[in-house]
Amino acid sequence: MTHLVVVGASLAGLRAVEAVRRDGFDGEVTLVGAEEHLPYDRPPLSKEYLAAEECPDPRYREEETFAGDLDVELLLGTPASALDTAARTVTVGDRTVSYDGLVIATGAHARTLPGTEHLEGVHTVRTLDDAIALRAALRGGARRLTVVGAGFIGSEVAAVGRKLGLEVTILEALETPLARAVGERMGRALTHLHRRHGTEVRTGVAVEEVLSADGRVTGVRLGDGTEVDTDVLVVGIGARPATDWLEGSGLTIDDGVVADETLAAADGVYVAGDVARWPNALFSDVAGGTMRLEHWTSAADQGGRAARHAVDPAAAKPYETVPYFWSDWYDGRVQFVGIAPDDGDEQIEVVAGDDAQGGPFTAIYRAGDRIVGALAVDMPAEVMKYRRLIGARKTWGDALELAEQRRAQRAAKAQQAAQQAGEQRGEGA
Amino acid sequence: MRINVDWDRCTGMGMCESLAPDVFEVDDDGSLILHTEEISADQEAEVREAVAACPTEALSLEGPIDA
Repeated sequence: MTHLVVVGASLAGLRAVEAVRRDGFDGEVTLVGAEEHLPYDRPPLSKEYLAAEECPDPRYREEETFAGDLDVELLLGTPASALDTAARTVTVGDRTVSYDGLVIATGAHARTLPGTEHLEGVHTVRTLDDAIALRAALRGGARRLTVVGAGFIGSEVAAVGRKLGLEVTILEALETPLARAVGERMGRALTHLHRRHGTEVRTGVAVEEVLSADGRVTGVRLGDGTEVDTDVLVVGIGARPATDWLEGSGLTIDDGVVADETLAAADGVYVAGDVARWPNALFSDVAGGTMRLEHWTSAADQGGRAARHAVDPAAAKPYETVPYFWSDWYDGRVQFVGIAPDDGDEQIEVVAGDDAQGGPFTAIYRAGDRIVGALAVDMPAEVMKYRRLIGARKTWGDALELAEQRRAQRAAKAQQAAQQAGEQRGEGA
Repeated sequence: MRINVDWDRCTGMGMCESLAPDVFEVDDDGSLILHTEEISADQEAEVREAVAACPTEALSLEGPIDA
């Protein structure tokens, strides 16, 4: 192995080049990125980056780090346009780059509403340039924000809008937001969080037409004819894996690049991050088939794994993981670990707090006799304890036992706090 | 070997706790509790995983490993 090429210069790509250098790989390493920017931290772009008075530098590393410590050749600003797995080459602009091992980490593109791409005031949130534009729009005197899509990105932007004092409306096509990600009941619970903070959520509505005047968005017309006026329209309807450039490459493309359990998509070709679809063996007994994750944690993890496998295929091992994502809404945090089985609410048990008004609460998810997922709203101490159980394939009974232990611990803590408060009052008297 | 926590960056995400629960724990208010600062040889592998898994890159390691 003499030349590792990594296509995609976001988190997975960065972790790919860092992992092999940390292991002592001394061949050539090239990192190809479609954007001009050095790899940067994406999660804050829909959160504090939009809300903070001063925006922090989101770049993970300085340019000197790539040239120096990492000894990585950067090809930024031009997307890869073709892959030839027989010749082992990647086309980048007018260059043909040969590889011995390849990591595909091209991520995903934000989905847009057709015909609105050039309207002023219409935004998506995926790239740093998107966030810079939206930040200016939200802070530039806008009064009303409308978000299409009540997913995690849309919800985070809505929360920022409220923080900045805007009137915020979320329009969601489904009857229950996030039903696929966290299940129906928990989707309803999360919707309460919006309403509690003054965000209007309209579910089961279709966006019929985006209204504009002089090239600028003015509102949307819904399926029932109602019009919603707005100054800024954010489209948060998901992402599409960036696989167009792989057409004709011979790789299997099916909502992502399909790989085996070691993340191999072809001989010498491995995948990582949002573009990767692979069988996660941890859940093969309860949820067959492959999965594709759009989470920070899996991108970071898969980036390193894919690159190690690419430089030493003989040592490739199956990759399994307990998915984790978080989302910051208003002043709170939503955390989810594992998977949400899609066969109904009877598989979910609230083990702490109360979901009726949107939390704080913790809920756990069952499939077969296993615990397979956990959701926490504003209970940061809970969810990671369940992540360990999920990763160790523990039973539902084990999970309920942990829930009972945690209840007792919280009660003891509350009692202790009450006692201390009582003593303080006693001393004061 | 010692763990450094950049307390300005840490937001209590908890990945560290899920990978190395003897070392890290997130408290009820979301703050990180460090059960130990010195890492023994048998904890090194999982602590390295925790450092790599921190979404805010708040963790780092320094110094030699104790025998």
